[in-house]
Amino acid sequence: MEKLMADLKAQIIQQLNLKHLKPEDIGDDQPLFVEGLGLDSIDALELIVLLQQEYNIKLANAEDGPKVFQSVRTMAEYITANKPA
Amino acid sequence: MTDSANIATDLFSSGGGQGEVFITGHSIIRNGAVEKDGHLVWKEVSAQHTGDFLVSAYRQMGLSYPKFFKMDNLSKLGLLASENLLSGTDLKGKYKTDEISVVFANASSSLDADQKYFDTIKDIASPALFVYTLPNIVIGEICIKNGFKGENAFFVFDKFEAKFLHQYVQTLMRQKTNKACIFGWLELLGDSYEAALFLLEKEAADKTNPFTLENIYKLYS
Repeated sequence: MEKLMADLKAQIIQQLNLKHLKPEDIGDDQPLFVEGLGLDSIDALELIVLLQQEYNIKLANAEDGPKVFQSVRTMAEYITANKPA
Repeated sequence: MTDSANIATDLFSSGGGQGEVFITGHSIIRNGAVEKDGHLVWKEVSAQHTGDFLVSAYRQMGLSYPKFFKMDNLSKLGLLASENLLSGTDLKGKYKTDEISVVFANASSSLDADQKYFDTIKDIASPALFVYTLPNIVIGEICIKNGFKGENAFFVFDKFEAKFLHQYVQTLMRQKTNKACIFGWLELLGDSYEAALFLLEKEAADKTNPFTLENIYKLYS
C-alpha cells in the first residue's frame, strides 16, 4: 500500500501538471479537492483517465467518484480492491 | 484580412474620439526576452522549447499562481504578458471590474493546444487539454486571475492587424462602461511565440501616448 501511494502521488503530479508540488507535499489522507490540494472538476476527469491508463481500471459508477478520490489512500484502496487479475 | 473584418473596419472608421484614450503601458515577450514599457525585464536564451522558457519566465517574475502549470502554452504566454503589463499598476483600485475589457488577436488560434489534444485522442482523450482548444480561453484565464468582468473578444488574423484592432478597441472604449482595456497580439505555435499587449486607459496621469495607430506602431514593430 505504501509503494502504491508513493506511485500515485508521482502520477497525480505528472497527470495533473502540479509541477509546483513534490510527492512528499501530498499527505496520504489529505483531501484532494477543495480545501486540500484544490483540484477541480477537470482534475477529477484526469484522475479517472489516470486510473484507466496506469491501472486499467474503469470507474464503474460515477457516484463512487467522491469516495474514491477523497485522498491518495482511498484511491490506493480502490485500486487494490479493483485491479484486474 | 477576412471580408467580415474589412466590413467591420469600414463600420468602425466613422467617428473621431482619438486622444481620449491613452496607452499607459505595454508588454512584449518574444525571442526569449520579456520587455515592459520598452525596457528589458529579463532574457533567457538557453531554453530550448517554448514551454521551458515560459516556466523559466514564470519563476523569474516571482509569480505564485499554481494554476499556471495546468495551462496550455498560449494561456501561459498570455498570463505572463498580462502580469508583466499590469505589474506596478492598480487597475482594480481605479476601475470597477466590469469596466476593464480584454481584446486579443493572433494567427494560430488555439492550434498548439488542438494538436496536443489530437495526439491524446489516439489513446485516451485528455480533458485537461480539451478545455484549452479555444483561443479565447486565455482571456478567461487572465480575467479569472485578475477578476476582470468587462467585454472581451479574440480575433484570428494572418498577421497583426493593428488598424482593425485599433478601430475595434476605440469603438469599445467609447462606451461609458469601458474605462480600461488590455489589447494586443498573442501568437504561439510550437516553438514560435510572440506577445505584444497594451494597456489602455481613459484616466491616465501620463498622457504621453494617446491611443493612435502611429503610437501602436511606434511601441511595437
